[in-house]
Amino acid sequence: MFSKAFLDLPIDKFVSESLLIPESQVLSTLNKSSFSFNDLPVLLSPTAQNYIELLARRSQELTRQRFGNVIQLFIPMYLSNECFNSCSYCGFSLEHDYPRKTLTDSEIINEAKLLSDKGYRHILILTGESPKKVDVDYISNAIKLIKPFFSSIGIEIQPLKEFEYKKLIDSGADNLTLYQETYHLDSYLKFHTRGIKRNYANRLNCLEEGAKAGFFKINIGALLGLYDWRYEAFSLAYHLKYMMSTYWNIKYSISFPRIQSMIGSFIKPYPVTDINMVQLITVFRLLFPDLGITLSTREPAKFRDNIVGLGITTLSAESNTSPGGYSGCDSEEQFSINDTRDLNSIMNMLKNNGLDPVFKDWDYSLM
Amino acid sequence: MDKLTLGNKEFKSRLLLGTGKFSSPKLMNGCLISSGCEIVTTAVRRVDLTNPEDSFLTIINQDKYVFLPNTSGARNAKEAIRCAHIAREGCGSNWVKLEVTPEPNYLLPDPTETLIAATELVKDGFIVLPYINADPILALKLQSAGCAAVMPLGAPIGTNKGITTENQIKIIVEQCSVPVIVDAGIGAPSHASYAMELGADAVLVNTAIATANDPIKIAHAFKLAVTAGRDAFLAGLPETSTTAAASSPLTGFLH
Repeated sequence: MFSKAFLDLPIDKFVSESLLIPESQVLSTLNKSSFSFNDLPVLLSPTAQNYIELLARRSQELTRQRFGNVIQLFIPMYLSNECFNSCSYCGFSLEHDYPRKTLTDSEIINEAKLLSDKGYRHILILTGESPKKVDVDYISNAIKLIKPFFSSIGIEIQPLKEFEYKKLIDSGADNLTLYQETYHLDSYLKFHTRGIKRNYANRLNCLEEGAKAGFFKINIGALLGLYDWRYEAFSLAYHLKYMMSTYWNIKYSISFPRIQSMIGSFIKPYPVTDINMVQLITVFRLLFPDLGITLSTREPAKFRDNIVGLGITTLSAESNTSPGGYSGCDSEEQFSINDTRDLNSIMNMLKNNGLDPVFKDWDYSLM
Repeated sequence: MDKLTLGNKEFKSRLLLGTGKFSSPKLMNGCLISSGCEIVTTAVRRVDLTNPEDSFLTIINQDKYVFLPNTSGARNAKEAIRCAHIAREGCGSNWVKLEVTPEPNYLLPDPTETLIAATELVKDGFIVLPYINADPILALKLQSAGCAAVMPLGAPIGTNKGITTENQIKIIVEQCSVPVIVDAGIGAPSHASYAMELGADAVLVNTAIATANDPIKIAHAFKLAVTAGRDAFLAGLPETSTTAAASSPLTGFLH
């Protein structure tokens, strides 16, 4: 399991090494035609940040070659804000006192129809972690209800076991998103104070349950702002490397979500700047040429417009993070989104950037 | 006239086009026209068969082009077979470019699953064009299974590295009686021309056109390169030599 392999990795040492990289080493590395894990400390270094334009150009060129001039669009749909975990940064956290909402069958169908009518064909369904109220059967039923409306259904839910994931795949899900939040154990325990989610290793290993169950695509990520972004970047890179070599027949993608404001107050201990984000995205592109990279509406419109051509392959649009939010249900959201533009504006932005918005790039019926 | 015969159909063009990676459907259409291609391939997973206004279904007019659905994304024979059937039901095309690529990074074709799927699809009445590594034995087996052509790769898909499998392709060209269409890796018109000089019957190009600065212009360049390469092959290229042979021999006066 990855949790065992991960504990042996000297991530702190990699970060320290990265902080001391001299300019000469950056220059010789950037002259290479392709990159390996040995180059990671160099590419992620503060010194390499001085060459961000070069990183961006290399990343854009490689993305264009590997993925072409297209961007896959998807939309998230929240099924429930019930949650029995206490996570300091999350709007669904147990201690927030507001009426919780879990969508009924007819509400699920209404939301799905509304999103499908807009043109979306790829959807990501999300829940909090409430195994009694929002269990595998509930999620499985929701997937079956929305299956007629979409060609690809992803899930971002609590960690499950292989047989449970298998059940959701059989119902119609084809991709799994699960973020470790932070790979730094002490920080993980600090921000996840109560609930099942406090089990760090369980979360770290559950992608493998999904891989064994047979998901077509797995999307990983860390919630940026909880700990040093370089630590998270090294951890993510080694997690990907492990997954890619152990479960080689799965398509992988990554997200770099930055913490946004939500109900209550949470002060980001390790803010991640725009230039840090650009360095992260471009370095992951250079290290993993065929990796999908997702950018969500957490990011402001202007930043999204500028970064979309530099390595991104998948984009969400007009997201609403509250259950039933698309059909006007007034339930509490998980976090606030920054890019609130409608689908047409997003499509126009992509076209102005020379990118073709793609709604359908997978078909569950083919599996 | 020199024509390419595939699945009982004759084609003037020996350039097939893929439709991924273009920045707009309009640009893709412009490239189809300027390339002069008559066969166009599209990933079934990309086509919204429920939407009659889907750009692939509207642009790739089946009166004008042979629509060659491909099974891109299929990880095994079962998925590829299902994909081909969905395409046949949805778009009425009996043609299929068979792609079985279980590893998502290099997208190299799985030989055993490809053979299983090809055998089944031929039995089901499909005109099957399998994408393969440049493996001469596999090419012969697929030919025996009834495939209409074989499509060996020049280099991994999307790499633009050219004909890196030259020696194997030469053997396939020598041994196969079905058309050999070099697919994947062709990054420049000169690569396409070289594949045709080697005796390939056709080439398939996508990334090199879709990601060029001027896709319409390069599509035309590919058209010319394929024609040039084919003419050179038909004309018969002179053998190479390790020693110099002067155009005007010094001892020519003796004869």
